[in-house]
Amino acid sequence: MISDRPPGKTATSEQGWLKAHKWLLLRRASQVGILALFLAGPVAGVWIATGNLSASMTLDVLPLTDPLLLAQSALSGAWPVQSAVIGAVLVLVFYALVGGRVFCSWVCPVNMVTDLADWGRRRLHVRKTTRLSRNLRYWLLGLVLLFPLATGVLAWEYVNPVSLTHRGLLFGGLAGAAWALGVLGAVFLYDLLIARRGWCGHLCPVGAFYGLIGAKAPVRVAAAGRARCDDCMDCFEVCPEPQVIKPALKGAAQGHGPVIRDINCTNCGRCIDVCSKDVFGFGIGSGLGSGSGSGSGRNAQARRTSAPAVPIGTPGDSPRPTRSGPLPAGRP
Amino acid sequence: MHPKDKPASPKRRELLSGIARTACGVGLFGLGLGLYSRQASSLPAWALRPPGAVPEADFNGACIRCGLCVRDCPFDMLHLARLGDEIPTGTPYFIARQAGCEMCEDIPCVAACPTNALSHDLTDIDEADMGLAVVVDQENCIAFRGLRCEVCFNICPIRGKAITLSMQRNERSGKHARFIPVVHSQACTGCGKCEEACILEEAAIKVLPRHLAQGKLGAHYRLGWEQKQQAGGALVTPDAEHRYNLPEGMRYDHGGEGLIEEAVPFSDNPMDTLNRKGPL
Repeated sequence: MISDRPPGKTATSEQGWLKAHKWLLLRRASQVGILALFLAGPVAGVWIATGNLSASMTLDVLPLTDPLLLAQSALSGAWPVQSAVIGAVLVLVFYALVGGRVFCSWVCPVNMVTDLADWGRRRLHVRKTTRLSRNLRYWLLGLVLLFPLATGVLAWEYVNPVSLTHRGLLFGGLAGAAWALGVLGAVFLYDLLIARRGWCGHLCPVGAFYGLIGAKAPVRVAAAGRARCDDCMDCFEVCPEPQVIKPALKGAAQGHGPVIRDINCTNCGRCIDVCSKDVFGFGIGSGLGSGSGSGSGRNAQARRTSAPAVPIGTPGDSPRPTRSGPLPAGRP
Repeated sequence: MHPKDKPASPKRRELLSGIARTACGVGLFGLGLGLYSRQASSLPAWALRPPGAVPEADFNGACIRCGLCVRDCPFDMLHLARLGDEIPTGTPYFIARQAGCEMCEDIPCVAACPTNALSHDLTDIDEADMGLAVVVDQENCIAFRGLRCEVCFNICPIRGKAITLSMQRNERSGKHARFIPVVHSQACTGCGKCEEACILEEAAIKVLPRHLAQGKLGAHYRLGWEQKQQAGGALVTPDAEHRYNLPEGMRYDHGGEGLIEEAVPFSDNPMDTLNRKGPL
């Protein structure tokens, strides 16, 4: 099922490197940019966002709080402060709209490392993987919430790689950064050698929590052009949660719509990048299924054809934005 | 296989055993994490919490390790514990000897805290309780050796209240005074400026967590003199003037060296004594 050809190669050669890495680049820019907003203070003395991903204050006006951590703190018996509640509500609303696991793929620094590990697996042909249930994360989430309730201690925070990393980079100077890299290294090796997509895709309770928040999010990836799929498997190969693709891409016969509804889709958009047939695209709300996100030039067309669900023969038929060069032969 | 041994529903059995296996694994992980977190939650005595910190047992649950207090401290004396430190990871602390709390009047660290781990009930910094200063080494504190120092007394942000100087006789020289620093537990906020400023190589005055530094009198103790002062008089029985039951003509006076015979108690005639009326 898995070929040695790197996923996205066809898309790159047919549509150009930039188009085949568009969402990846945007995502990296977002992850690095958010980290930079925090790092600018301790490194350069430019204080934009203070605190860390657990709770932060941006430009002295915008409080943002990790709702999972605030919940843990509250379960231990601490009464949160108003600004923290506002911050948590802002975060909840944001991810409820754009997709919970957008946190994982667009914000969380650990994601860059687990993506790197997966890339390493492909490069080094590491095929062996420990089989874990993808539901393990919900068990861990339960455990995370049980601890403060039962023992009054935020036990998870002693081992949570997400916050350990982010905090290590921002606080405690070089030694803190060294520790952060150590934690990231452990996650990297685990993902590389022990379990494929082991951390983010199976264990991380933070991701599980964000997934639940965004269960009903309107922003989704949809396989609107699934009729064009040529079974190259690149999207499955590159997707951090490949199980989410199948119903949308291949479930037409079973009556599944083209929208990826699984709460564990991280909206990373990598499937959109690597698909040389432009099967996937981002969509919003009732416009889902029209594949409106994969190029602004197509939005008009997408809106016109926004009949939901059924495979639409579509956006790909419209003139492609010029940047991608001549149309490859063999395309519809 | 005996029909009885056959699982009624192989799928259900698989499901249940799968759940049991996962629960077992997660339970073991939870047990390990729980035990580790108990150990990892202990705060060493030399690390002090910022002002307003709730009691340590609650702090480890309330604090979400965001570091906003550290960032909002204008004096950079707060730190977040790094992974591998002996202090609960990610929680804020300061070390008095390195830099004590400057006791800002607006208490920005408390204002920044999103969870009341630093209680927002603290509005007057003089009410803070970060620890209690103790003159732990009376052998090396130079005030006890009869030298003038008083640095801790002078640096104290609530000077003259938390630390006072007690003038005592210098036994060594016989003619000088010693200016002994005395900490008053009700006023001391544990800011640590005294420990920071102590001129010794190793500070003789140290800020310790209050539970380590302070004794506690049993609740059943009633200090008679205080009770009497509160009540305006003795509570048990009225004070009776003390009387010595001495023979006539004798009295007792300590300063006058004990029993004093004022007159000869007995006449020369023994019959007078024998026939005498009244108490002996």
